Amino acid sequence: MDNNCDKKNNHWLHRFAMLTAVVTFFLLGIGGLVTSNEAGMSVPDWPTSLHRNMFLLPISEWTGGIFYEHTHRLLASGVGVLATILAIWIWLKDSRKWMKWLALAAFLGVVAQGVLGGLRVTMKMDSLGIFHGVVAQSFFVLTCAIALFTSRFWQNVAQASRLHPGEKFAGGTPALRSLRSHVLFVTILIFLQLILGATMRHQHAGLAISDFPLAHGKIWPDTSADAVARYNAERIETTNVNPITAFQIILQMVHRVAAFLILAGVAAAVWLAWKRLGGKDSLTKLALSWLALIFVQIALGAATIWTDKAADMATLHVLVGALSLVTGAFWCIIAFGRLGQMPESETAPLGAFGTFATNKP
Amino acid sequence: MKTTSFFLLIATLAFLPVAHAADIIGVITLKGTPPAEKEITPMKDNPDCLAMYPGALPTTHFYVVGPKGEFADVVVDLKGITGQSTGANAPAAVLDQKGCLYTPTILAVQTGQKITVKNSDPCIHNVHSKPTADGNKEANDVQMAGGADLTYTFPKPEMFLKFQCDVHPWMFAWVSVFDSPYFCVSDKDGKFVIKNVPPGKYTVEANHRKLGTQTQDVEVKDADVTVNFTFEVK
Repeated sequence: MDNNCDKKNNHWLHRFAMLTAVVTFFLLGIGGLVTSNEAGMSVPDWPTSLHRNMFLLPISEWTGGIFYEHTHRLLASGVGVLATILAIWIWLKDSRKWMKWLALAAFLGVVAQGVLGGLRVTMKMDSLGIFHGVVAQSFFVLTCAIALFTSRFWQNVAQASRLHPGEKFAGGTPALRSLRSHVLFVTILIFLQLILGATMRHQHAGLAISDFPLAHGKIWPDTSADAVARYNAERIETTNVNPITAFQIILQMVHRVAAFLILAGVAAAVWLAWKRLGGKDSLTKLALSWLALIFVQIALGAATIWTDKAADMATLHVLVGALSLVTGAFWCIIAFGRLGQMPESETAPLGAFGTFATNKP
Repeated sequence: MKTTSFFLLIATLAFLPVAHAADIIGVITLKGTPPAEKEITPMKDNPDCLAMYPGALPTTHFYVVGPKGEFADVVVDLKGITGQSTGANAPAAVLDQKGCLYTPTILAVQTGQKITVKNSDPCIHNVHSKPTADGNKEANDVQMAGGADLTYTFPKPEMFLKFQCDVHPWMFAWVSVFDSPYFCVSDKDGKFVIKNVPPGKYTVEANHRKLGTQTQDVEVKDADVTVNFTFEVK
């Protein structure tokens, strides 16, 4: 029996998985705009919208912040439908047991996200907004991973690793293994940075530090009570943001420092990949793309400050952050695949990063 | 003669409590140059609200200062007075949403006093109160154009409790809640009057949303007491 998907089904399944990932990316963008425009609470009720069926709210009432929040809810419903179809399709047509569990995780993830988003509104909890934002990024990585695992590219990686386990790569298995550990570490750092960013955004305090590259005119800002009082006195806000606190200033400084650590980490990954795998290796090229993304991300971070947290800049910063996370995750997944450490057999036990027996073709 | 004396005595006794209460009055000024107010540019993205301003857009008004430094919107109260609220019987305070702005921006009420929030605009708002004091409940309600007034009360004292509209994120107002009737907000001339304060020693607090709090100790006897405050922008 052939343990791989039927080729025709796999092709369309892969396209559907790509569609789900792309629509999820747009959902991240709309969700980002909700927070960037301070519109998260503009529709006070859930699952109804302005006391009406969510799908029947007249367009004439999609005004101001309601436009962002309501379209976010509609698009989220769409992603829910796509994720459900994807999960059912994989469960029925993909013979890889671990893929079925991954698909189930995606379905449960999107349901959890919907409930989290709704509770954030009905319970009026900013902390749930942080969690909702972080789970959103994680869900996006999951949908992208499913798209990867249903692709022909992945089949080739798995096939190659079965035929030539760990031998075919410049620098050999130990070189790739240590590089993979480095990239995994930097990817985790990016994830932590995203959590920091979500925490910053859900303080709803605008910009705690309004200049860059200095911070309140210094390399490290004064966070004394008098200084913070002065920052608040001097700030003339045009939106309903909360007062600045010392905690928020420190949060932003840690975010800035982490950004440069990430830049250093990704630059090191590029250098190591070039040295150990060679410039033509696809993983080296992926690392270079990753580095480009990080430079763009830092530029967007600066632009967010220089534009006084313009909603479009802040949201682009969120989206490129998500792409940076996915790129690091893909690098690790592909490296695992090359090292023959992804379960490709339907009899392989659940767990992605050990060594598994594979069925011989 | 006896009847006249009797009525004179009654009249004296009737006015006795009022004669001993006095007002605390004063003027608040601002020294220095405050940061320039900003045009509310986010309003440009909202046709409903923009239509109400065919000319220039409104600006923020954190520092409302007269030509001679008269400082408005400073909340003045007697520090530490609790358990004397008459809010339950006080007329409702009114917060209006007009021209996609809250009016007034600075409001002061008593605990238990009703705050009536009106929507005088031809568009939807949501009324989102965000208290921080334990016991004051956060609320978030939609208010349609021409919709019924909404009413809120807060049982606990709190300074600068924020009301905001999330549909129009430039809209906010700050409501201070006191557990006594001894407070007021300085007017455009910087003047304030806290009425009918019983005799005693008090600490008068002047609170500005941006410039913090100043205090002065006073003693109220039979006559009005004057206490002035000067805030400074450094």
